[in-house]
Amino acid sequence: MKTHNNFDERFEFAGNAKTLSLVGIVLGVIGIAFGFILGGDHIQRVYSNLLLMGYFFVCVCIAGIFFSAYNYVAQAGWSASLIRIPQAFAKVLPIASVILILIITAGLLHTHTVTEHGKTETVPYLYAHWAAHGITTPGSENFDAIIYGKKGFLNIPFFYAVLIVLLGIYSFLGIKMAKFSEAEDTEGGMANYDKIFKYACIFLTIFGFTFPIFAFGVIMSLEAHWFSTMFGWYNLAAMHVSGLAIITLVIIYLQKRGNFSWLNENHLHDMGKLIFGFSIFWTYVWFAQFFLTWYANMPEESVYFYKRWEPEYKWWFWLNIVINFVTPVLALMSRDAKRMRTRLTWVCIILIAGHWLDYYLMIMPGTVESNRGFGVEEIGIFAGFAGLFIFTVLTQIAKAPSLVPKKHPFLQESLHHHR
Amino acid sequence: MSKTKIILGCFDDPDDMMQGITNLQKNSIPIYDVYTPMPIHGIEAKMGVKDSRLGYAAFCFGCLGLTVITSIVYYTLVGDWPQNIGGKPSFAMPDFIPFMFEWTILFTAFGMTFTFFAATHLFPGRAPRVMDLRATDDRFIIAVDAKGNIPHDDITNLLKDAGAVEVKHNERKYVSYE
Repeated sequence: MKTHNNFDERFEFAGNAKTLSLVGIVLGVIGIAFGFILGGDHIQRVYSNLLLMGYFFVCVCIAGIFFSAYNYVAQAGWSASLIRIPQAFAKVLPIASVILILIITAGLLHTHTVTEHGKTETVPYLYAHWAAHGITTPGSENFDAIIYGKKGFLNIPFFYAVLIVLLGIYSFLGIKMAKFSEAEDTEGGMANYDKIFKYACIFLTIFGFTFPIFAFGVIMSLEAHWFSTMFGWYNLAAMHVSGLAIITLVIIYLQKRGNFSWLNENHLHDMGKLIFGFSIFWTYVWFAQFFLTWYANMPEESVYFYKRWEPEYKWWFWLNIVINFVTPVLALMSRDAKRMRTRLTWVCIILIAGHWLDYYLMIMPGTVESNRGFGVEEIGIFAGFAGLFIFTVLTQIAKAPSLVPKKHPFLQESLHHHR
Repeated sequence: MSKTKIILGCFDDPDDMMQGITNLQKNSIPIYDVYTPMPIHGIEAKMGVKDSRLGYAAFCFGCLGLTVITSIVYYTLVGDWPQNIGGKPSFAMPDFIPFMFEWTILFTAFGMTFTFFAATHLFPGRAPRVMDLRATDDRFIIAVDAKGNIPHDDITNLLKDAGAVEVKHNERKYVSYE
């Protein structure tokens, strides 16, 4: 057993990872340009994919803060030596937030004309169901009574206020926690740990109440006539599973590069358990949302699932369950499976694809509807954001003064972690 | 013939107890069992304890629960008297899933509890089998069956060498029975 760990080691961000992440960003730009050059329905697809990946990017960064916050609040020892990875996600959140807000702004400002029910109207590419001109003005030819009833929530100033305030609070608390942890390295003592504990409590309280509002605003309002109170928790579960899968992949990658030699299959086992458990939780919430709608069978609610049962989406609708529920259940059920590095890597990759599909099914039927596609835009924009994420996160990990919180009070427990 | 049935090495430190296990194993003395007030990392591997089969029991009970509820619901709501709930077909899968889910968990939880009780001889009204009451408090106990062919003094010395604070020669296996 190795007893000596070199905590002064640094991660150097160079080589293949850097090249490939830059190539990914270029592919993303090509994907966007491709869509705009083809024009027509492709522009709608580009905006929908940008929103999808922008949201995914923000959610994964938030998941990093969420992970480190609940580990600090639970006074978990096992994760102390890997906590710098989710903290790096937290430091990327401001960049992700700005990108998401830019995408939303572009989608709201860029308008096109559509002809629906023989009526031609000018609508923005994103949030057309509530942000179109005159939709909440009584007497306007676009007037929509249902949206008028929701105008307290669905109006542009409030929408931006929610986005900026929530993402600002999350970023602020996430970065503060990471900074305290870094200060702990040089200062020692319990003062910084106590501060992180306090900030983590504040974060979890605010986050628990506000994340559903964030999800209602950014994703659910794409189909503004429909609503589901389960939607916030459903998104929380999706965000958490994909965040955990990405944290695990980053751990495995950094270990391949020779860093984090103190992490072993016991730590991966715990990550595997969280992924397994929260995949089941995701399925539970997904089913609860579907089941209530299906049982009550009220037209204004059923229309959401009706759209997803059209031939266009039905196959994907079922594939979503197969990937995100059946795969982790079968592949990660046994103790040994969670400790196998290769198995865990593949499950993580499948789950990231699965939750991409999950978001795809939340967004596309409300925006591109039957002009759905899977091609250059989807793959390019995914590659673009994946590259951006890898580039920004690995830059933050390389910038961190140390890969391990050296003076963390539970560090020894993490180094001798045993399952 | 000594009347000693079981020899207990009582330790106040888990590391000493691990040393005691090593001493006994080096001399090929079979260990009956080890009792500790808290879980000791790595002790299963050292003692060669096989993985628990409770998981298989859980799976079987889960399948049983699933089968039972599916049969009941199918018979009552579909077979015997087809029910019309909200105009949906009487055999509508989503209706059944909450029941199937809950009964699977119910049977798994109770089944595992009863399996555990059966394996550890814990039943209502039965005194638990305890060799040394301080094993639930602050002593780490190694129990060696005294009916083997090894001289009792050798076992005692090996345990004392490892740092046992007390070695008991008990004539009764379990002290908790009246």
